[in-house]
Amino acid sequence: MSLSGKGKAASAALAVALLTGACGGSAASDDDAPYDPDAPVTLTVGLFGTFGFQEAGLYDEYMDLHPNVTIKETSVEKSADYYRALQTRLAAGSGLEDVQGIEIGFVSDIVQNHADAFADFGQAENADEVRETFYDWKYEQAMTEDGRVVGLGTDAGPQAMCFRRDLFEAAGLPTDREELGELWSDWEGYLDVGRRYQDSPTKPAGSAFVDSPASVFSAAVYQGELAYNDEDGNPAPESSDGVENAWEHASEAAAEDLTAGLSQFGDEWNSAFANGAFATIACPAWMLGYITSQVGEDGAGKWDIAPLPGQGGNWGGSWLGVPESSDDKEAAMALVEWLTAPEQQIKMFTREAHFPSSSEAAEDPEVADATSEYFSGAPIGQIFGESAENIRRTPIGRYDTQIQEAFTTALTNVATQGVSPDEAFEDAMASVEQVTGG
Amino acid sequence: MTIASSGPREALIAAPVVAPPTTTPPARRRTRLTRNRWGYAYVAPFFLVFGCFSLFPFLYTAWVSLHETSLSNIDGGTWVGLENYRNLLQSEFFWNAARNTLTIGILATVPQLCMALGLAHLLNYKLRHRTFFRTVMLMPYATSIAAATLVFAQIFGRDYGLINAVLEGVGLERIDWEGGTWTSQLAIATIVTWRWTGYNALIYLAAMQSIPGELYEAAEMDGASRWRQFLHVTIPALRPTILFTVIVSTIGAVQLFGEPLLFSGNGTTNGGTSNQYQTLGLLMYQQGWSNFHIGQAAATAWAMFLIILVIVGAAAVVGRLRARADR
Repeated sequence: MSLSGKGKAASAALAVALLTGACGGSAASDDDAPYDPDAPVTLTVGLFGTFGFQEAGLYDEYMDLHPNVTIKETSVEKSADYYRALQTRLAAGSGLEDVQGIEIGFVSDIVQNHADAFADFGQAENADEVRETFYDWKYEQAMTEDGRVVGLGTDAGPQAMCFRRDLFEAAGLPTDREELGELWSDWEGYLDVGRRYQDSPTKPAGSAFVDSPASVFSAAVYQGELAYNDEDGNPAPESSDGVENAWEHASEAAAEDLTAGLSQFGDEWNSAFANGAFATIACPAWMLGYITSQVGEDGAGKWDIAPLPGQGGNWGGSWLGVPESSDDKEAAMALVEWLTAPEQQIKMFTREAHFPSSSEAAEDPEVADATSEYFSGAPIGQIFGESAENIRRTPIGRYDTQIQEAFTTALTNVATQGVSPDEAFEDAMASVEQVTGG
Repeated sequence: MTIASSGPREALIAAPVVAPPTTTPPARRRTRLTRNRWGYAYVAPFFLVFGCFSLFPFLYTAWVSLHETSLSNIDGGTWVGLENYRNLLQSEFFWNAARNTLTIGILATVPQLCMALGLAHLLNYKLRHRTFFRTVMLMPYATSIAAATLVFAQIFGRDYGLINAVLEGVGLERIDWEGGTWTSQLAIATIVTWRWTGYNALIYLAAMQSIPGELYEAAEMDGASRWRQFLHVTIPALRPTILFTVIVSTIGAVQLFGEPLLFSGNGTTNGGTSNQYQTLGLLMYQQGWSNFHIGQAAATAWAMFLIILVIVGAAAVVGRLRARADR
């Protein structure tokens, strides 16, 4: 297949995501030919959401460094849509780009079921050096049991607790982030602060302590030894300490009306940001950008960031993989290695506010000493860096997103429909069964 | 499909060529066949497209529904026979979705058709700006489901919705439209009704205009009021049209999907926190595209198809019985 034909196929694939399949498999002759790093090559990159490489100018930088390389990116807005298309292409064995983005929601499906379809970064000559630069848990999440590495990490989602200084002040609560971090060193402490907020006669009318029970649940669940899966990555939420602990605190918050009873990412939730309807929200590093865009410039100085109750936790993050079917596997792997290298992760943090999944990048002063003016000068580099250090290597599975949704919707019922926590838990388990069985 | 049915046709066409044309009758037959051949050629594109995009997916779905398989491995599933159908019938989620589909269907279809009938009756009068009203009525139908649903979802919002603001303004309680079972179903039925009433009204209007005026004149001579004329002249004359709209609306109701999917606003496929407005279409989508159990989703698709067949069959029987009774 010619290079220009491939480019066309890539843009066509965006429009007709499921049906084209125009971009053919690799020609055998390409695989046999020795890799020439200086031969002209066009690399296609298939992504979702906002990876931000283009915006941060990293493609242009790479093309300046390697004049023989042309990079073309196609991006789908929603990761769920992207994943559906990726699955059908994996099933068909064609239509894959040279580089494919992989999200935490489906990395374990790829590790467990499609590892052979992706090039192994663990076999690269400098594999050990590359591995050193990443957080262990990040690197290992994209690794099969027999050590095949399907992708290298881009960003990570270490979590903290964002809070509204103005609402806390009105309710007569402390607003010092370190003091709060000590008050809510665990989730019980966090709920106690919530009760104080709830009982405060001076808090703004109609505002709740936390946006949703999901904020508590999703943040706490990955602090356990296990989250939704057993050691082998098979769904087993009924016997997980993470689920048990997270459910206990989240359902308590929901039943005591400490939450605004919102569904995260719904319309009402978005509106609630600007309306000051809640005082805290568990925030992964990427949530800062979301808050800024929802609240706007008026919100500058109102928000602040304290450490997450319990220890650190991760929510979100992605990898870049190279399909085996790529005609230019070596060139694509070189690009991925460059894009995920510490220097580039630092740039992604300073330019696009994506928190590094590379520990080396996170320890760099440019990241570690960073503060956010919008969030009242909070030392974001330090807070998220410490959170990332403490992230546990919890086994992840292919249904984590769906199982989490089952639990958080059941919790919403506790908060808004007055369903008892026990009954809600049974509902959640029935939904989980529907997700994993069948 | 093409292979099976074009084979005999080619044989028919080829046969006379092989036979020596000694007498005139075969020649005449050949012209007829040649003419038919062009006819087949003209309809072939339709059947090709139908075969590719309707018949094949239809049969393939049936095949997939007999396997346990996931989206990324559609052809590599294991044969499970009717297991998926058994699971479906034993699943509380299926019966919940079936119940929701039925209630939303009734909530949406009945008021919609009644209102359409009334509107058509009004528009049948000689009004000023008649064309304007007729065009306005069709506007919702021309709006995309997504756009309409997003707007309605905002209107029905719990904290910042227009309706609740009005309710609060007049001293009533706020309603959690999306959270409740009946309230959410009512809200979704409203979207469907808003969108389809005008369309059905236009169909009724067209049928009404073909009712001979003498019938009304005769009724008026007998002293029938406008209402009685509507009941005893218009409705009986519209019966076939009403049956048609009932069938079409019912099929639409069984397949209801876009509105409940978009109503929650965050793209989840569970149809509400307690699946209170998850329809069969949404359940199928959840099974196939959120949970990746394609075999199970295919079984649900076939179950929906069978439900529609039963409903349409029942409607046809009712229509035929009525027609026989009238004769």
